[in-house]
Amino acid sequence: MTDLPTTDLPKTLDVAKIRADFPILQPLQTASDGIERRLVFLDSAASSQHPTQVLDAMNKVYETGYANVHRGVYQLAERATNAYESGRTKIANFIGAPEAAEVIFTKNATEAINLVAGSWGRANLGPGDAVLITMLEHHANIVPWQMLAEEKGFEIRWVPVNESGELILTDLDRLLDGVKLFSFTAMSNVTGTLTPVRQLVDAAHAKGALACVDACQAVPHLPVNVTEWDADFVAFSGHKMLGPTGIGVLWARRELLEAMPPFLGGGGMILNVTTDGFIPDGIPGKFEAGTPPIAEAAGLGAAVDYLSALGMDAIRQHEIELTAYAMRSLTEALGEGLTIHGPSEPAARGGVLSLTLDDVHAHDISQVLDEKAVCIRPGHHCAKPLMRQFGVSATARASLYIYNDRDDVDALTEALVSARDFFAL
Amino acid sequence: MAGLEDLYREIILDHYRSPRNKGELETPPAHKVEGFNPLCGDEIVVYVQTDDDERIVDIKIGGQGCSISQSSASMMSGAVKGKTIAEAREVMFAFKGMMNLHETSIGGDGSESDQSESSEPAETIATAKLKLGDLEALKGVVKFPVRIKCATLSWNTLDQVFDEIQAAD
Ligand SMILES: Cc1ncc(COP(=O)(O)O)c(C=O)c1O
Repeated sequence: MTDLPTTDLPKTLDVAKIRADFPILQPLQTASDGIERRLVFLDSAASSQHPTQVLDAMNKVYETGYANVHRGVYQLAERATNAYESGRTKIANFIGAPEAAEVIFTKNATEAINLVAGSWGRANLGPGDAVLITMLEHHANIVPWQMLAEEKGFEIRWVPVNESGELILTDLDRLLDGVKLFSFTAMSNVTGTLTPVRQLVDAAHAKGALACVDACQAVPHLPVNVTEWDADFVAFSGHKMLGPTGIGVLWARRELLEAMPPFLGGGGMILNVTTDGFIPDGIPGKFEAGTPPIAEAAGLGAAVDYLSALGMDAIRQHEIELTAYAMRSLTEALGEGLTIHGPSEPAARGGVLSLTLDDVHAHDISQVLDEKAVCIRPGHHCAKPLMRQFGVSATARASLYIYNDRDDVDALTEALVSARDFFAL
Repeated sequence: MAGLEDLYREIILDHYRSPRNKGELETPPAHKVEGFNPLCGDEIVVYVQTDDDERIVDIKIGGQGCSISQSSASMMSGAVKGKTIAEAREVMFAFKGMMNLHETSIGGDGSESDQSESSEPAETIATAKLKLGDLEALKGVVKFPVRIKCATLSWNTLDQVFDEIQAAD
């Protein structure tokens, strides 16, 4: 892929070629109706699949260079450390971070946000302060603040959303009064809504607040540059961007990280320990207590290489086109009874389609779809405040990625029609 | 392999489309407990009114959910209405037995609980059938382990209502 001549035309994705890289998409699956079918995986917003390039990079660590990182002087330990640290460098380049040391490896995005709350928040928030979040947030960007607010007695405010799942920003300046941190998602995992990140960051800064971006759905699907965002904290997970589970990222500006107290204590995060106390290490070590996810960092580095070779612009273009096709064909096939929550303009959203269908419950829809080897996710998608506002307890969510094509969308549409007919009232 | 018709029996769809005892009761005198299925976001509200002999004189079901949780709640309301709490708990026990949820299998990950019918003592099956009536139709749920929580949501909630009523006495 890298030897392709560069032209001004946006590259398009060769989905058949991409699919060939994903072992799990190869065999025909025996669906629960006993018929062999191609696996139609439409749940990448929950967790994505893995190309052999990622699996190989992880295997290579285990087969040729595995030992605990740092401190070891033998060659194996050095190789493991290099694999781990090269993952960090690749991530830093991928998200436009000024330096690799600002990339902190965590367990996932949830832990990254908990790190911001538990370290920066615990040191900086108290009675009379406020944290601003939005109605679009995943529980991962709600509950850590609620937990800390219980302890510290600050206020939590919410930016409202309209019926299309777009932020209502008319009152933003007033909402930001007295706010120390504005923490918001770059892309909703329920509606696919893309938020105007730079505008929100600027608004926060203008009021003296810091900005934390939940980029869990953005980094896998859009070109992201944390410097262009001018954000203070950015959190995301490896497993939604072709990488393994067990590794996530918190990026933050060096000055902030240096001023913050450690989050977890233990080995690897200290300069010195005596019976009187400890001196924390510099960054990133200060925030990486205990043995880190070593092979996972190598895997995530390979995932980033894979995505970069495809080109994030090309990925975004592919998803806009496929989303537009899906919205069109679903609406044509299912008509009035179908609601696709979120913005109606494909270019204003990611490839996440949260559906409700007449009176058929999302759980029942997914069950019928499973018969046809179509994997979608029913439920509240860890965003209960938003679901409550939409007046639904669950939606059926289909989410698109680089290995999905029109055939997958057609299979989804067909399966939804049969689900509706099966439950017809 | 289990097919959709094992899960979605006609009587289940019937209870889903026209749920029995849907609504609310005034509290007090009735007792009310909300149950949540954290996996899918379903919320169910069970209202129970008992008389001095702990007889269930009225029961209503609120909230929303999938066909399995709604039909299970609907059938449950019919099955326990008019019974005493003690009698209703027997039905509950039989139902949970059908879902393979008795102490012996509790704590399994669901796949373990997919025991074949023949491994159950004939006597248990007979008494369960007697007590369960329509609820028998939910037996197929056992073959779809993730859906067991849907089927038992209303029962667990009812159990809590009973505990509240008895604690209040
Ligand atoms: C927007 C958003 N934020 C946070 C998370 C939490 O990610 P993780 O479970 O990997 O910590 C998710 C994942 O579902 C998400 O979609």
